Amino acid sequence: MSKIIEGLKYSESHEWVKVEGGVAVVGVSDFAQKEMGDITYVDMPDVDDEIAAGEEFGALESVKAASDLIAPVSGKVVAVNEALEDTPELVNEDAFENWIIKVEMSDPSELDDLMDAAAYKAHIGE
Amino acid sequence: MKYYDKLVFELSKEGRKGYSLPSNRFPAAPELPVELRREASLDLPEVSEPDVVRHYTNLSQMNFGVDTGFYPLGSCTMKYNPKINEEVAALPGFTGLHPLMHAGLTKGALKVYQDMNKFLAAITGMDTFTFDPCAGAHGELTGLMVMRQYHLQRGDFARTKVIVPDSAHGTNPASAAVCGLEIVEVKSLENGRVDVEALKPLLDGTIAGMMMTNPNTLGLFETQIKEITELVHAAGGLMYYDGANMNPLMGVVRPGDMGFDIMHLNLHKTFSTPHGGGGPGSGPVGVAAHLVDCLPDLRVSGFHGNFGVILRAYAYILMLGRQNLKKVGQYSVLSANYIKECLKDAYKLPIEGVCKHEFVFDGLINDGAHDEVHGATTLDVAKRLLDFGFHAPTIYFPLLFHQALMIEPTETESKETIDAFIDVMHKIAAEAAEDPRILQDAPHGAPIKRPDETAAARNPILKFKDAR
Amino acid sequence: MAGFPYFPHTDADVRSMLDRIGVKKVEDLYADVPAEFVKKGAYALPDAMSEPEVRSWLNTLAGMNAKMKVFAGAGAYDHYTPSVIPYITSRSEFLTAYTPYQCEISQGTLRYIFEYQSMVCELTGMDISNASLYDGPTAAAEAMKMTVACAKKKNRVLLSKGLLPQVVAVVETYAKFHGVQIGYVPVADGQTSLEALQAELAAGDVAGVIVPEINRFGIIEDHTGFADAVHAVKALLVEYCDPSTLAVIKSPAEWGADIAVGDGQSLGIPLCFGGPYVGFMGVKKDYMRKMPGRIVGQTTDKDGKRAFVLTLQAREQHIKREKATSNICSNESLMALWVTVYLSLMGPEGLREVNKLSYDGAHYLYGELVKTGQFEEVFPGKPFLKEFVLKPKEFPGLLQQKLEKAGFFAALDTEEGYVSFCVTEQRTKEEIDELVNIVKEG
Repeated sequence: MSKIIEGLKYSESHEWVKVEGGVAVVGVSDFAQKEMGDITYVDMPDVDDEIAAGEEFGALESVKAASDLIAPVSGKVVAVNEALEDTPELVNEDAFENWIIKVEMSDPSELDDLMDAAAYKAHIGE
Repeated sequence: MKYYDKLVFELSKEGRKGYSLPSNRFPAAPELPVELRREASLDLPEVSEPDVVRHYTNLSQMNFGVDTGFYPLGSCTMKYNPKINEEVAALPGFTGLHPLMHAGLTKGALKVYQDMNKFLAAITGMDTFTFDPCAGAHGELTGLMVMRQYHLQRGDFARTKVIVPDSAHGTNPASAAVCGLEIVEVKSLENGRVDVEALKPLLDGTIAGMMMTNPNTLGLFETQIKEITELVHAAGGLMYYDGANMNPLMGVVRPGDMGFDIMHLNLHKTFSTPHGGGGPGSGPVGVAAHLVDCLPDLRVSGFHGNFGVILRAYAYILMLGRQNLKKVGQYSVLSANYIKECLKDAYKLPIEGVCKHEFVFDGLINDGAHDEVHGATTLDVAKRLLDFGFHAPTIYFPLLFHQALMIEPTETESKETIDAFIDVMHKIAAEAAEDPRILQDAPHGAPIKRPDETAAARNPILKFKDAR
Repeated sequence: MAGFPYFPHTDADVRSMLDRIGVKKVEDLYADVPAEFVKKGAYALPDAMSEPEVRSWLNTLAGMNAKMKVFAGAGAYDHYTPSVIPYITSRSEFLTAYTPYQCEISQGTLRYIFEYQSMVCELTGMDISNASLYDGPTAAAEAMKMTVACAKKKNRVLLSKGLLPQVVAVVETYAKFHGVQIGYVPVADGQTSLEALQAELAAGDVAGVIVPEINRFGIIEDHTGFADAVHAVKALLVEYCDPSTLAVIKSPAEWGADIAVGDGQSLGIPLCFGGPYVGFMGVKKDYMRKMPGRIVGQTTDKDGKRAFVLTLQAREQHIKREKATSNICSNESLMALWVTVYLSLMGPEGLREVNKLSYDGAHYLYGELVKTGQFEEVFPGKPFLKEFVLKPKEFPGLLQQKLEKAGFFAALDTEEGYVSFCVTEQRTKEEIDELVNIVKEG
């Protein structure tokens, strides 16, 4: 059973969003980290990069696979989790605790296109 | 195989010498200007000749080659590498040729290229070959360049996409991307073949062509190939044949006759040149007559391709001759079908029916999963095979099947070797059903066991000095 | 006798297997191939030759090639090959092995690649090397693509006009299809012009610059200020080099390069009419994940033993597919072994001696040729190592023919009408004196 946290928004491609004012904190779900296996690298954008909802903004890598990270919202990247550069396995340890990027949203209404916890739970079929 | 744990740097001692050069009888030239001289240290090993020989000999004994044992790697065609090939490729009359020597000085070398062009054209039904590409992926890239060049020469700039089956090898989309083409995937049917109905709506004026291999990556002949090539041609596209799976067609079917316009061959697969641990290979690209004008401007390697590899393939084709070509195809198909029939009682065969030179199993029928014990996976089967002196088949490719095990015996394996492999595979299946942990703990006899690949990727140590 | 030495199946074997499969004849296994595609009639190939006949014919062909004293370079060098090397590389455990995906039975291959990577880093001074590329020119093309991949939204790569013509041609071909714009930096006063480079950089959009350590005139370039200029516009500096020469001239790292590429042929690989050679690439640590090609890394196994594996595979085509940095799979692995054994035997002193012999020999030849009065100096006083150019008073073609008749392959012409000569440690003083006499005699 994958951990799912209430109050967060979820995308179909398994990213979660926590809203803190006008900033979206983005990470991947517990389900996603389990699917990946041991994560060996998190490919993150740079601060000040512009990202667009639905487009890839980075990737998760394991020994035998790579999985794109898809932006759940559009905006400017205002922070990246530098701890993940040296210790990518933090995402495996706690996918919700260890966010990946923080985005200053250009269009908060995009959050309405995302799922809530119950809908996401149904989506992953658990 | 005995574990030998040295690296050549660890044999180094200052003052040791492994080389022999003549003394300097020239007048001393003025020194190199100081600002251009290397100042950094140069910590290459200093080792005597006997120790170098012993070191690499010991390293070689931790390796497994086709000469050691059976290598049923699907899509790799690990057939026997004839030694006459090695002998002729080492002749000083060939190895001493500088690549810029003109035709008058290199008549013998040029005859090799001329003959190879004729032979490969005869075998494949193409018109002309370029021998510049140094590997299969390199050939694919070159072939896609021909495809783009053809359309550009006709002034058609809209054709920027190439269709690839979803069962295709990763090099196909990677090569397309390097060549500036976008990939459009076409779905496969449940029987693994291209879904022609799914193909039709994809064909429009943006399609430069389609890349496929036949037999496909599941070892199945694309029976609708005629319809596929007609559809793509009607839409203005070209057909590219990935020659990695050419072996079963040798002497039986020619890609040119099936409607392909461009293709590459892997000399280090189908044409018996040795794999070398990862090259050198050679990936000659053949084109139909109407595309010959697209070739000249495509410079993809420094000189004339891997001549040494081409020489080896030449010797092989001369030995085979007209009379033996067909048996390459026939025996490779016979052996593959035999193994499939013998093992389908223990391994899941997702697609029934005749295969060509290779086929895919989707893991064990009974993986032994019970209570807390996980079932044995394809990886576990592969590692256990190593304990019996067999190299594993290709695993986890194609991606269509999650526990894929792709087996290609080739035509150079005896029935005894094949039967021994079948016996071992049955034994392993029985072990898995009994207790999968025997497999999960494998290999037991290899010099090393299940290295930590996660640590290798998280904390890369990529040269000797990194480790100290 | 029918049968063939590479096909073990007897008629009895074939019958037994057909029975087990449940078909009557082998042709039945091709029943799903449309009849129109099954080739009827014989293939247009010659009759099968026996092994003695193949041996004889290939010896005849080898004899049809001229045996020359090689005084030319231009990207392929006649350096000495120690006798040990072919014995190691022809060991069948190395020669007939597949790519080391099953690491437990490929530690031999993986270890020599790790040694090779280490040695490339030593020579170039860079942090990381891959397991090899096809050749120098394609390595330069991969570097070109890498600079564009690393830069954000910049799409122009500058090439020095001092690079070898085949390097330029291959990079141009790849660039054309990859959608990258190529700009050129002219040569002034014998080397890539820093002033012209700065002007091109100022024009903008530059992701990378590729310059030769030793240019096609044989001149050792001074790249003071190049790295600063390139880095100031956030572009990457690529140094194209001959690895043998790095024992004595400044390495790419010392020039501040981000990427070093070239061809390892000069490290004892025979000329072999152009291949197989081996391309190498060394990069700074920051670009590790954008580097193409296979990479071997060190780790430990279940029992704590030192072990080697292919690593960072997530960059490669079988995982990243169309997003991969390159499409390369098979590279030149056995040639990387060749080079590794060469460098193990030569060590730093051996390489220095190779260069000293080549240097002194080339300078001796230069002096003697100039003394004949048959040449004008093109770049007097400019530093060279083992290759140089001169402007012949007579037509280059005539000079080449004259030398050729006497068994010398030399005086390759450049587009400017100069002729180039190369002297390696394989050339003796007697050979040089003989060459000079031929020139003198007219």
